[in-house]
Amino acid sequence: MKEPETKMASLPFELVSPERLVFSGAVSEVIVPGAEGEFGVLAGHAPFIGTLKAGILTIKSEGEPKRYFVRGGFAEVNQAGLTVLAEEAKPVEEIDPAHLRQQIRDAKEDVSDAKGDAERQRAERQLADLEQVAEALERGFKATPAH
Amino acid sequence: MASLKDLKNRIASVKATQKITKAMQMVAAAKLRRAQQAAEAARPYAERMETVLGNLAAGIVGNSQAPVLLAGTGHTQTHLLLVCTGERGLCGAFNSSIVRLARERAQLLLAEGKDVKILCVGRKGADQLRRVYPDHIIDVVDLRAVRNIGFKEANDIASKVLKMLYAGSFDVCTLFYSNFKSVIQQVPTAQQLIPATFPERDTTEAGPVYEYEPTEEEILADLLPRNIAVQIFRALLENQASFYGAQMSAMDNATRNAGEMIKKQTLTYNRTRQAMITKELIEIISGAEAV
Repeated sequence: MKEPETKMASLPFELVSPERLVFSGAVSEVIVPGAEGEFGVLAGHAPFIGTLKAGILTIKSEGEPKRYFVRGGFAEVNQAGLTVLAEEAKPVEEIDPAHLRQQIRDAKEDVSDAKGDAERQRAERQLADLEQVAEALERGFKATPAH
Repeated sequence: MASLKDLKNRIASVKATQKITKAMQMVAAAKLRRAQQAAEAARPYAERMETVLGNLAAGIVGNSQAPVLLAGTGHTQTHLLLVCTGERGLCGAFNSSIVRLARERAQLLLAEGKDVKILCVGRKGADQLRRVYPDHIIDVVDLRAVRNIGFKEANDIASKVLKMLYAGSFDVCTLFYSNFKSVIQQVPTAQQLIPATFPERDTTEAGPVYEYEPTEEEILADLLPRNIAVQIFRALLENQASFYGAQMSAMDNATRNAGEMIKKQTLTYNRTRQAMITKELIEIISGAEAV
């Protein structure tokens, strides 16, 4: 493993999706979209388990921060580092806007199909999260000039 | 005795068959490598999931508030057998060994007076089970059109199962698939999915004390349904790898058998030809002597 140039302690981080290990390596900080709000994890974080919401996960390391779209799953911090298990995880650049729109449509259906308040609330939250991601992406895409 | 022409035709047909089985073997070998990689890539996720859930579940067992997926419905009357098989044949005993395991379980349960429902994933298993338990099959999931099994397929099956659970149509769910040990060894496996079971762990070795956000119960409620999909996904991938492994060795055997057959037939062919030449020679010589 390469020694980081900064003095900050490095955090071993793994991002795992059911299909493959998406990212593995030492980083300086990871910002995770937790169900109860985003949280940052640095090296030496206390043991912690939290669920994820649909959102953008940011990996900060030397150079440009890497951003990944994650959805569903949980994050676990222990002495060995941070592990994020996400049902869906891919680099922001690889997101297919049509796919995201489809997910938003599905989420809307879920809201209208929901029986009971708890289920409706959950579905609405999911929808809001996805819309937020879509919005963030659009802004991001507009900010960067078209290739 | 068959004529020379017949023998020649027979050899040609076996040769053609051998070419096909050989090609199938090579295709299976190539696909096996990919399926194996996919199965291995999926392992870390399933294992981590299991560890975390095991940790969480240990703290909540015995709690009357425990979710249905962990504690069960409180009955064991209706069993759902989720039988995952391949979509294609020509793979040795792969499909039938999974079906046999499921059939034995079904027999046992029926003998105990339980209700059995069968959900088939894969056409081959459905075909075989339909002969024995035509009334018990409630649905068949066809994955023939799917080239690469992704998490989405597993998720669809899982949501189907969960919907049935919440509708109260079964109490216990068991998953049948073939565990990929090696190319020559695939073990048909039955795994209880609902209520969830976790491997016994050494409790003396205390893990770190975790902080939970949201609460443990909520995390568990969120993760348990996901775990069903993950387990099904893993079963499908293991199945895929097992299928190609079984197909590869079946086709390898077929190729070898065809080779043996060709050897034998060629021997008979040559003998017959030789006998005919000898016979003709004798006829000519005796004809010449007679003159």
